[in-house]
This record gives sequence, C-alpha cells and structure tokens, in this order.
Amino acid sequence: MSSPAMIDRYRWWEIVLIYCGIALFLFFVLSPFVEGFLVSLKPLAQLFSSPYRFWPENGSFEAYRTMWISVPGFGRYIFNSFFISTVVTVIVLCLVIPAAYAFARFEFKGMGILLGAFLTVNMFSGAVLLIPLFRLMRSMGVLNTYLAMIVPGVAFLIPSAIWLLRTYMIRIPQELNEAAYMDGASHFYTLRRVILPIAMPGIIVVAITTFIGAYAQQFIFALTFNSKTEYMPLPVGLFAYFGKQEVIWNELMAASFVGIAPAMVVIFFLQRYLVGGLTAGAVKQ
Amino acid sequence: MSVQRSAFIFAWILLLPAVLYVLAIVAYPLVDTFILSFTDASLKKTTNWVGWVNYEKIFNERFAEVIIRTFIWTFFSVALKMVIGTFGACMLNAAVPGRSLFRLLTMPPWIVPMAIGIFMWGWMYNGQFGMISGLLQRFGLVDGPVAFLAYGSTAFWATIITDVWIGVPLVTIYFLAAIQSIPKDLYEAAWTDGAGRWYRFRRITLPLMVPAIITMSMLSLIATFNSFDIIWILTQGGPSGETTTMIIDTYQTAIGSKKYGEGAARAVLICIFLSLFCFAYFRVTRRLNPEKRA
Repeated sequence: MSSPAMIDRYRWWEIVLIYCGIALFLFFVLSPFVEGFLVSLKPLAQLFSSPYRFWPENGSFEAYRTMWISVPGFGRYIFNSFFISTVVTVIVLCLVIPAAYAFARFEFKGMGILLGAFLTVNMFSGAVLLIPLFRLMRSMGVLNTYLAMIVPGVAFLIPSAIWLLRTYMIRIPQELNEAAYMDGASHFYTLRRVILPIAMPGIIVVAITTFIGAYAQQFIFALTFNSKTEYMPLPVGLFAYFGKQEVIWNELMAASFVGIAPAMVVIFFLQRYLVGGLTAGAVKQ
Repeated sequence: MSVQRSAFIFAWILLLPAVLYVLAIVAYPLVDTFILSFTDASLKKTTNWVGWVNYEKIFNERFAEVIIRTFIWTFFSVALKMVIGTFGACMLNAAVPGRSLFRLLTMPPWIVPMAIGIFMWGWMYNGQFGMISGLLQRFGLVDGPVAFLAYGSTAFWATIITDVWIGVPLVTIYFLAAIQSIPKDLYEAAWTDGAGRWYRFRRITLPLMVPAIITMSMLSLIATFNSFDIIWILTQGGPSGETTTMIIDTYQTAIGSKKYGEGAARAVLICIFLSLFCFAYFRVTRRLNPEKRA
C-alpha cells in the first residue's frame, strides 16, 4: 500500500504550481538571452524608438551579416578566444592529471597541507595580483602576445581542476592499482594504461570546466596585459561595437550569439558528462 | 629502494610541475604585491621605500566606505544566490515531465563567457529602450523610463542582480545534487506518518541541505568578493563611485592611475580578507564532515 513511488505523485494543482515555479526560475535565467536574441533581429532604428516593443517588427537576420562588415576583425576575435582557451585547457590538463592522481592515490605528510594550499590559491582572483603579474609579464617580455593571457590563465585554473579531478579519481578502486603492480607494471605504466582510460569521463568534465573558465578569465587579463587588436579575445573584442556615438546593439548581440554558438554546441553534446561529473564532485567534496 | 620510497618519489614527480607553476605565477606575485605595497612604485623610474604610508592613505581616504560597500554588496549577492538557488533546485527536483530539459536550460549563464552575459544585461538595464524599463512602463508600474545604471541606488542593485544571475546555475546544480543525496527512506517514513509535502520540505529537505548551503555560501562569498567583470562592464564603479567595490577600486588605482604602490596596499588588504574567508571555510567544512581530512 505504501509503495515508495506514491510519494512522488502530485495532485493537479501541485503540478501547476511546480510548472509556475519552474517558469519563474527559467524566466530569470533565460530572459537576457531571449531579449538579446530579439534585439539581434531588430533593425537598429527600431531599437531606439519609443514606446518599447518586445517583439521585432520586420525582424531579420540582417545584423548577422552586417556585424562582420562593421567590425572586420571579428572572426579573428573568435579564433583568438578559442585558441587561447584551447591552449590553456591543454596545459592545465597536462599539469593537473598527474597532480590529481598523486593527491588521490598517495598519502604522506604534507599532502593535505599542499592540497589546502591549492584550494587557497583558488580563492585569489587574478584581479588581486594584476600589478605584480603585469610586472612579471613585462619582464618575461610577453605583454601583447597570446602568452600574456595564457600564462596567468593556466595558473588560476589549476587548483579547481585538481580538486575536481581528485574527487573523481578517489572513486576509482584501489584494487586496480594493486592488480597492476602485481603484474609488474610500473607506477607510470599503471597511470597511463589503467587509470587514465577509466578516469576519462572525469577528465572530460575538467576539460570543459577549464575551457569555460579560460573563456571567462580572458576579460581581465586581456584588458590589462594586451592592447593589440590582433590578439584580442572575444569578450574584449566585443567592445568594438561600442561606437563613438552609440552602441550598435543589434550587431553586438548578433556577434555575441555567433561567438558563443560553437561552444554551446560542444557543451550540448557533452552536458550528460557535465551535470553528472559536477554534481558528483560537488557532493562528495 | 623500498616500495614506499619509490611511491614517494613518483608522487612528487607527478606533483612538481603543477606546484612549480603555481608558485611562479601566483605565490611569487603575492610576495611581490606585499613588497610593492611599502613602496611608491608608479610609472616613474625610481621607486622608494615608504613604509606604511600607502596603508595610512587607504584609511584616510574614502576607502573605508568602499570596504563597507563591498561587504554589503557581497552579502546581498550571496544571500540572493542561496535563496534563488534553493528555490530552483527544489523546482528542478520535482518529478514532472520535461525536467531534464529544464535542468539543461539553467546552464547558459554559467557556460556563456561572462562578458557576453553582462553585455546582455547592459541592454536590459538601458533606460530609454531596455526591456526592464520598457516592461515596467508597459504595465504602468513606472511613469517614465528608468535608467538603472545612471543612479547610485539602482545601479548598486542592478550589478547585484547580474552577479546573482551568473552565480545561480552552479548553486542550483550543487543544491540539486545535495537534495538528491538525501536518503529516500526518510521521506517514505515521514510520508507513512502522514506528513504533508510542505512539512517534509521544512523538516527533512531544508535541514539536510544546510551543510550544502553553508559550503556553497562560503565559496560564493569568495567568488563574489572577487567579482570584477560585472561591475567593470556595467558601470566601471560609477555613478560617482556608488558601485565601487574593493576590487574595482584596486584596479582603478593600480592599473587606471598607475599608482602601483597604493594599489598593492589595497590588494594586500583584499588578500587579508580572503585569507580570513579561507580560514573560516576550512573550519566550517572540517566541522561539517569531521571524519575526512582536508
């Protein structure tokens, strides 16, 4: 009689309430995107006319064509963003996979402290260290190059990546290591041939979150360490649509959607890993 | 060579690259900031040791006001994230058709490059033609256009709302996971005893979510305290400094006015606050799961 499934059965008005709640929540989350998309469809004159109209009249994808013309370097900005984020992600993975494995498998004095130290680093944003980083980049002679955005970008993404991947690797049974050692495999061989393939879903999650993080970081590092348009990443490059008189809003929004579309497609296909991995990492701490 | 020893060496070989990298790019600049904060470093060639002058200046200027504002800004932003995140997680946890789609739809603010989301909010807040002002007028809630970013009080809240919007997806997903890890038999037992849905939420879900809420508010506190992009893109700290937080002020002093020494002193102060938050975070998480180290 008291089957567990019955608990989850809602009365009709409860279902209505839940859908209203979800609608309210999603309205908050999605309204900037909806509005942004509608703006990208409106002619500029319509944007600057009163009274305010929500739906576009004679909406068209014209802005998606003209955005390439008003800011000729736009394609370059997208490329720069993807290039910087990809390089950052690859370097972070190379540094973090071994470190996370060490934290997950070996235990001796000082490791807990080191892990805590990484977490502490995670809490300092690049904004706090901009002045010395600027001096460091200048003395390394990498200001106004891709490296000016890649080098600091990597450092601030290492800690959270280590924590996330370590949580994942801890759950891989220790017996696998022992079995491999029994068969005479070296530490390194075990890591490469036994652990890495099993940890792949976790590595994918770390790769995605690092990529997203790298994309988000580009604003402040590019703003401070780079003044050359040819190396400008998308977030800063979008300021090109801020004209002397007014912002070309419809093209700015069109450019935003063009800029994020590839990332959205990738994440859409990988979201199964993403939600699972994030929540597992979150709850297990 | 013993097995123990070879494992020790191997572990350090694995750790070293990441450790060295972070030491060079984070720890060294941290030390450099500290040293700089006692100098009058600027664009000038010469740099002199000035002792505590930069710190004394901080407290003589309007910086005390900036500190208080930063804490108020952070407090409201974090509190709203927790409330909206809890609400969202409960809604998305409900077993109704379409929920996996709804969960997917919460992700965009987190996935999209922050600056792009902020540009979109910039338009929403536009006084003459933005959506919020437009809809408020359409429904007769206000008489004329409201330029949210032009007045201190509205700009303050506008930047908070945008910060909340960016933070909410992660909070929601984290809370959703927390809700789902609550043992089902607790609900079943309560249900058998005739407890209603609201009662079960108040007496089971909410109390068992407390550790997740505490952990997330600590993490969120640190992220919000460090928030730069949102305020910088929307208001650059204006109008007349009413959205200037510590991070913004530090950036304006150090990078904008090229007063490296004075900027560094501000950065050191931020580091002290962040260290206190970290310390509190470790204490709290250790208390929440006492059986685990670190």
